[in-house]
Amino acid sequence: MGKMMNIKKAVAYVFLSLLAFLCLFFFYCLIINATRSHPEISKGFSFIPGKSFGSNLYNVLHNKNLPVIYGIVNSLLIAGSSAALAVYVSALTAYAIHAYEFRLRNVVYLFIVMIMMIPNQVTTLGFLRLINRMGLMDSFVPLILPSMAAPVVFYFMVSYFESNLPLEIIESARIDGSHEFYTFNTIVIPIVKPALAVQGIFAFVASWNNYFVPSLVLKSNAKKTLPILIAQLRSADFLKFDMGQVYMLITIAIVPVAIIYLCLSKFIIGGVTAGSVKG
Amino acid sequence: MVKEKKAKTRKKISYAKWGYIFLIPFFATYFIFSFIPLVNTFYNSLFENYRSGLTQIGPNFVGLQNYISIFQSDLLKYLGNTMILWIIGFIPQIIISLILAVWFADFRLRLKGSTFFKTIIYMPNVIMAASFAMLFFALFSDDGPMNNLLINLGILNSPFRFLATVWGTRGLIGLMNFMMWFGNTTILLMAAILGVDSSLFEAASIDGAKSLQIFTKITMPTIKPIFIYVLITSLIGGLQMFDVPQVLTNAKGSPDRTSTTLIMFLNNHLYSKNYGMAGALSVILFVITAALSLVVFFVLTGAGKRRGGK
Repeated sequence: MGKMMNIKKAVAYVFLSLLAFLCLFFFYCLIINATRSHPEISKGFSFIPGKSFGSNLYNVLHNKNLPVIYGIVNSLLIAGSSAALAVYVSALTAYAIHAYEFRLRNVVYLFIVMIMMIPNQVTTLGFLRLINRMGLMDSFVPLILPSMAAPVVFYFMVSYFESNLPLEIIESARIDGSHEFYTFNTIVIPIVKPALAVQGIFAFVASWNNYFVPSLVLKSNAKKTLPILIAQLRSADFLKFDMGQVYMLITIAIVPVAIIYLCLSKFIIGGVTAGSVKG
Repeated sequence: MVKEKKAKTRKKISYAKWGYIFLIPFFATYFIFSFIPLVNTFYNSLFENYRSGLTQIGPNFVGLQNYISIFQSDLLKYLGNTMILWIIGFIPQIIISLILAVWFADFRLRLKGSTFFKTIIYMPNVIMAASFAMLFFALFSDDGPMNNLLINLGILNSPFRFLATVWGTRGLIGLMNFMMWFGNTTILLMAAILGVDSSLFEAASIDGAKSLQIFTKITMPTIKPIFIYVLITSLIGGLQMFDVPQVLTNAKGSPDRTSTTLIMFLNNHLYSKNYGMAGALSVILFVITAALSLVVFFVLTGAGKRRGGK
């Protein structure tokens, strides 16, 4: 039995190492190529980093055809404010369901759970016509404000409140004469901060990576976000382009998120299961 | 006494008001940015409204004509593409995720470094799909690093044109989808297995059950609701596939539109401002996802009832 176990264990380690290799290999190639100059890259494949990291970065940030610096700033601005709004309003909505007894409570909860799975692609047509009528085309507003209605974050927050926010705390705040909104902001929010942070990261990453709707809303060059710039790079005449810059732009889009993820992976992986189904 | 009780109920009513007030931001946003667009999408699907060259046609009410036209155009071809691309990624994903989940959840196996492996295999999920596709396009281009490597290793004699062949392109899209989602699926399934009462596994192994028997007789039946949840949410996600094939094939779905997905088709209609067709396509997608979501919903709530009944 012990021997069988050891064989099984060895198989598991080999298999896991292969999968880990698969996951890391392409990113390794990316980082390596981002440090090599265009002539070096076109010469062939290499496992050893080059010395052109600085010049590739400088070139891509100062590229005249691609507003990369704008792209970074726009992406940060949109993703940051969407994430903040999404977690705050979702926490508020979840708190309404958790802390108050009112007649429509179960109906509201069910409704939000039902709309959770409807993808926003199917309403994009109406969405575009609406924001066109509102004069919000080519603006960040329609990419930020809708994040206030985030059913997935709400669902996660409700289950987090259930196990982490005893109603007695709210009762005692009331006895001390605390206003309901004040209680939420100064007592509830600090208690659920860890959950807000995890959900904030998920919301940030989702918005940072979002391509479909922004590409239909943002038109002027200075307003484009990173995914749109990358798609634009793809449609440009590829072979004439400096490959070092191509890899560098991909690195800029991927690496910050990957670093945040690696630093906080413990909480993020915990959040994956907590936010979905309770097994 | 009576007075006190009255005061209490009155107080409760005044708190209930706050419940409604706190719901306002969510529902106002949902109403403006999701509900009105949804209704408007349905409405638009009944009108003929597009540009033909320089002349604007419509909007004229045409009933269900758009739905007929979209079925007569390439809808079924693109639905087929979307399903093929989803299956190529999903089958390896579910098999590998199940194996990994069983291993991670097996206490007797005591795998070291499982946190490390989980961290690595989940990482592709947080990567921007558009940039991931661009990376694959660069790496797998005709004289790109991958062909170069394969030739150096002696596996290929001449460059393989991945993006010029139907199954090369589809295979790459499937590979990317697999990499982006198998870590996530593993973690969900592992949590489901860890939620199973461990005395079941112990009893089975004392009775001399083999690993495979434990898997088919205990693990699978108990995690079935989560398994169906994973299956259907993945299918819904698959129907929304867009970023990867769009960027990889430069919106063309090349070769010969064999990797054009439904959302790429929608994107084309939105881009060319053919509102009638875009509307009909959106409604069809809405109906399919809504039906699939209902299945998930009933599987999960039904499963909860069954567990409670035991």
